[in-house]
Amino acid sequence: MNPLTSAAPAQKAFAWSTAEKLCWLAVLLYTAYVLGQIDLTQERLLHGVAQGARFLARMFPPELGRMDILWSGIRESLQIAVLATAIGVALSLPIGLLAAGNMVPGPVRTVTRGFIALCRSLHPVIKAILFVKAVGFGPLAGILALVVGTIGFVGKLFADAIEEISPKQVEAVRATGASFMNVVLFGVLPQVMSRFVGFSTYQLDSNLRNSTMVGIVGAGGIGGTLFAAFQRFDYDFVFTILATIVCIIVVGELLVNAARKALDV
Amino acid sequence: MLHTDTPIKPGSLQIRHLAKAYKPGHPVLKDINLDIDGTGLTAIIGPSGTGKSTLIRCINRLVDPSAGEIWLSVAGQRLDMARLKGGALRRSRRHIGMVFQEYNLVERLSVMENLLTGRLGYVSAWKAFRRKFPREDFERAHELLATVGLGAFANQRADALSGGQRQRVGIARALMQRPSVMLADEPTSSLDPKTSVEIIQLLREQGQRNNIPVVVNIHDVELARRHADRVIGMTGGEVVYDGPPSGLNGDHLDMIYGGRAWQQ
Repeated sequence: MNPLTSAAPAQKAFAWSTAEKLCWLAVLLYTAYVLGQIDLTQERLLHGVAQGARFLARMFPPELGRMDILWSGIRESLQIAVLATAIGVALSLPIGLLAAGNMVPGPVRTVTRGFIALCRSLHPVIKAILFVKAVGFGPLAGILALVVGTIGFVGKLFADAIEEISPKQVEAVRATGASFMNVVLFGVLPQVMSRFVGFSTYQLDSNLRNSTMVGIVGAGGIGGTLFAAFQRFDYDFVFTILATIVCIIVVGELLVNAARKALDV
Repeated sequence: MLHTDTPIKPGSLQIRHLAKAYKPGHPVLKDINLDIDGTGLTAIIGPSGTGKSTLIRCINRLVDPSAGEIWLSVAGQRLDMARLKGGALRRSRRHIGMVFQEYNLVERLSVMENLLTGRLGYVSAWKAFRRKFPREDFERAHELLATVGLGAFANQRADALSGGQRQRVGIARALMQRPSVMLADEPTSSLDPKTSVEIIQLLREQGQRNNIPVVVNIHDVELARRHADRVIGMTGGEVVYDGPPSGLNGDHLDMIYGGRAWQQ
């Protein structure tokens, strides 16, 4: 082939294929169709902006007179987050081990992986609703909902981390005649512990956020107070609650980051 | 077939008709018969992929043999390692020390913890978790560290050591087991020539001092010739030479490795 003709395909290397063009066309057509279906007129937009401005205006000045209600809600949220993380992480250790293919036989792994996937499949709010129905209103439902979520997240990552460890170190411990538990303690955990601590701190971070929300469905914490304030149109108090939540999340994240740095994970 | 009436030294090994095929129809080991009588350093030489590693790993059952018997004298008993399972297998493994090519230390544990790993067959999980090993284990660990020249390294993490140092820790870990037999799978292949000699000498010396046999896979023929008491040559999954290093000549090596160009 002479150099002149071979240059042409090189230029076309970045051109869109017919399939790609069709995909983009489909996305554009569907977007246009949806815009037509949903009533998004200019009038509706202007009305929304005006309403939004009124809503913001009613948030000021923030209500600062109900600090006792605020703090009791916040305290409960923090308790839910910390307890759920502690219990969930503790349960994730054995569950993660049972979900690692290099630790247990195939069928055990499949069953445990299925359980973990189930724990992850529902949004925390839906889990919270289920537990409120199951065990009644209050923080217990929130804790249970977040424990399940923690198992779904930390359990899966932990199992994946175990499946990636060096089999050589495990083999050497096995060769000394150690029992399965001792092999786990000396051959497996040292290889994954720092990552496990890392996952747990991420989960604490995430549980702090989630714990402020489960209260909306009655599962304890500041979310309940927030929801009540919305219902009563106490937007000034809503603002105080939201600002406090933001502060707590930011401070929590800073603390978690500092802890992660100190633990070198 | 086995003379069980005569007293047999701990660590002595009788391998009968041992075969292993990872894939059916493709045997890695074919009908291996060996007697290792409980003393000295036995070097197994042979080209890569000839089953040396598999042979060693069949003895402590990191690999399950396909057929045959492996009679080992440990703890006053003669056991067929090829048949043991579960708890009985773990208990007999405690008497077999193993040294690995890539040291296989637990990288994130300290040197001391790696040595104590050698005692894991004797302590409960709860004690192991709290590092509550018997006092004599700690004493022996310190002694062994001094023996292998790493007395000052007890609290270092294993991943901070050099290759030669790691292999010394690997040997000390195996000796912590107070083994009846020592196995070493290519213990010098990741090391420089000088360190290789030191490691082989250490293995031989410790075998003599503890009065146990040492079986070493090695692909450096010169190292085997100089330091082994006995050489076993393998090729294609079979033993083709078994005798003193002095008896090993060019014809044997030709048979084991094929070709002569590398011998010059």
